[in-house]
Amino acid sequence: MRPLTMRRVVWTCTLLAGVLFAVSVMALKLGAVPISVSDLVVSLGRLAIGRTDQLPLDYRLIVFDLRLPRIVLGALVGAALSVAGAGFQALLRNPLADPYVLGVSSGSALGAVLALQFLPQIALATPLGAFVGAILTITGVYFLGRREGHLDSTTLLLAGIISASFLSAIIMFLMTTLTSRDVRGMAFWLMGDLSTPLVPSLRWFFLVALLVGIGAIYTTSPDLNLLVTGEREAMHLGVDVTRVKLVVYVAASGLTALAVSASGAIGYVGLLVPHAMRFLFGSDYRLLIPASALGGAIAVVLADTLARTIIAPTELPVGAMTAIAGAPLFIFLLRRSMR
Amino acid sequence: MSTLGASATESREVRARSEETARLAVEQASYAYSPTRRQIPTFTLSATSFQARQREVVAILGPNASGKSTLLQLIAGSLAPLSGRVLLDGIEIGSLDARTRAQRIAVVQQHAPLVFPARAGEFVLQGRHPYGRALHLPNEEDVALAQNALAQVGAEHLADRRMDQLSGGEKQRIILARALAQQPLLLLLDEPTLHLDIGAQVELLERLRRLAEENRYTVIVVTHELALAAEFADQVVLLHRGKCLRVGTPAAVYQRELLEQVFEAPLDVEAGPAGRPRVSLRPRLADAARPDGAGRTRG
Repeated sequence: MRPLTMRRVVWTCTLLAGVLFAVSVMALKLGAVPISVSDLVVSLGRLAIGRTDQLPLDYRLIVFDLRLPRIVLGALVGAALSVAGAGFQALLRNPLADPYVLGVSSGSALGAVLALQFLPQIALATPLGAFVGAILTITGVYFLGRREGHLDSTTLLLAGIISASFLSAIIMFLMTTLTSRDVRGMAFWLMGDLSTPLVPSLRWFFLVALLVGIGAIYTTSPDLNLLVTGEREAMHLGVDVTRVKLVVYVAASGLTALAVSASGAIGYVGLLVPHAMRFLFGSDYRLLIPASALGGAIAVVLADTLARTIIAPTELPVGAMTAIAGAPLFIFLLRRSMR
Repeated sequence: MSTLGASATESREVRARSEETARLAVEQASYAYSPTRRQIPTFTLSATSFQARQREVVAILGPNASGKSTLLQLIAGSLAPLSGRVLLDGIEIGSLDARTRAQRIAVVQQHAPLVFPARAGEFVLQGRHPYGRALHLPNEEDVALAQNALAQVGAEHLADRRMDQLSGGEKQRIILARALAQQPLLLLLDEPTLHLDIGAQVELLERLRRLAEENRYTVIVVTHELALAAEFADQVVLLHRGKCLRVGTPAAVYQRELLEQVFEAPLDVEAGPAGRPRVSLRPRLADAARPDGAGRTRG
C-alpha cells in the first residue's frame, strides 16, 4: 500500500513548478524578436533587484511589457481552467466534463458579443460583459439544476448542456449583425486568445479571486475523492455532500468565468490537463488539484508560445493551438489508460 | 484502592449491561416516499420495531419492493423516520452529525463502477475519512488499521491492484474492508450477495458472522436470499409491501404458509440442524408433468 503523503504532494508540485519556470523562460526568449538567454538572465536579474531602468527600452518593452504579462495571464488562466475542469469532473462524476460543459463559456460569450455590439467604444466592456454573462449563466443553471433543494448531478448536467446550446444559438444570431472586423475579433475570442492583456486595474482582483477559487476547491479535495465513488457512499463516510457540491459548483464556475472573461474560451485545457495529471500522478484529488493548477499553467504557456511563434509574425489564437495539440493527446491518453 | 475497585466493578457492570441491552433499537419507525411534498405517497413503510445487540447478525428479509432498503436507510441515518425513532446506544441516529455517524455506522452498498480508477489500498483508506483532519492525509495508525481491515477480509495481496481489475468477489471484500476501517459499532450491508456466486456468498456470510463475534459488531444485512438468511442470521425481520410481518429467530419466522404468501412461490420449509430452518423451492413444474403427483417426494 502506498498512501499519499505530504512529501509526495510537495515533491510533485516542486517538480511541476520547475517545469513551469523552464517553460516560462523559454516563452520569454522565443518570439518574433528573438532574445538570447544571456540577455534574458541579465534583464531578469535586473528586474529582481528592481533596476529595470538600466535595461534597453526595446527589451523592456518586449520582455516585460508584452511577453511577461502574457505569460503570467496564460499561466493563471491555465491553472483556473484545469482546476475548474477537475472540480466539474468530480461534481458531475463524469470524466467528459470540462469547465464549459455547464454553459459558462456560452453565457460569457453572449455577454461579450452584446458588449461589443452596444458599447464598442469602451475597452473594458468586453471582459466585463463576459463576466456578467458568465455569472448570470451560473446562477440560472444552478436554479435549473436543483432537485428537491439539492444540486443533482444529472439534472445539473442536462440544464447546463441545454443552456449552452440555447445561448450559442443566440450568439450565432447576433454574430450575423456584427461588422466583419468585429466578427474576426469575436472569432478569436470564442477560440480563446491571450493577445489582449489584462487591464492593469483588474490584475490584483483577478489574482486574488483566482487563488480563492482554487483554494476553495482544494479544501474539498478529500471529500471529492469520496464524491467520485458515489454520493451516498460519500455521505455514509461523513461527507457533507450538499455543502461540498455547492462549494465546488460556485468555485469552479467562478474560476471559469474569470478565465473566460480574460482570455475567451480556451478549449481542451480544462478537460485534458486533469486527465493527464491523473495518468501521471494518480487520481487522488489532494494531489490532483495542485498538480492540475501547475499542469494547466504549463500547458497554456506552452501552447501560447507555439501559437505566437509557429507562423510568426502572424499569431494564432491559443485556443486553436490547444485544440490541435489536445485532441490527439487526449486520444493517446485514452488508449493508454484502457490498457 | 477501594474507589478504584469500585469503579472497575462499575465499568464491568456497565459493559455487562451494554452487552445485554440493545445496541440498535428501531422503535415504531415509518417512512413514506412522495414524488413531491403535496402528492400522495407512492410507497410507505409502516411502523417497524426491532432491537439488535452487539455480536448479533440481523437479516432484513423480503421480496423486491418490500421496504428493505428503506428500513436500512432509516438505520443508516440517510433518511429521517416520518414517525418513531431509531436509536444507537440510546442516542437518536438523526441527531448525530455526519462525521460522528460515519464513525459509528458503516454501510456496504451495491457497488457502482468507479469513474476514475483507484487502487484497492487507497479505497480502503477512505474508510478513515471520518477520523481525518484538514487534508485527511493518512497517518501511520490509519495505514495500520487499513492493512488490518484488508487482512480481516483476506485481501492483503490485493492492496496495490486497481479496483476495476478485481473480480466481483474481490471487489466486495475490498468494499467490506473499507467499512471495517471505519471501526463502526454497526455494520449495514445492502444485498451484499447480489452479484456473488454461491461459494463467495457463503464465504462472505461466514466472514460476517466471524467479524460480528470478534469485533463485537452488530451486523444488519438486507437480503432476499431466504436460504442464506436462515443459515446465518440470529434474528430475521420479515417485510412485505412496506409492512413488518414478523421479527424473531429464523425458526420462529420461517413458516411455510407465511413465506409462500410473501415470496409468491411454492416453498418447502424443514427443520435443519441446530434448529435452523431449511428452505427449498417445491418443484411445481415436475408436479404438473406428472398428473398422479408421483414426482412429489414430500407430502
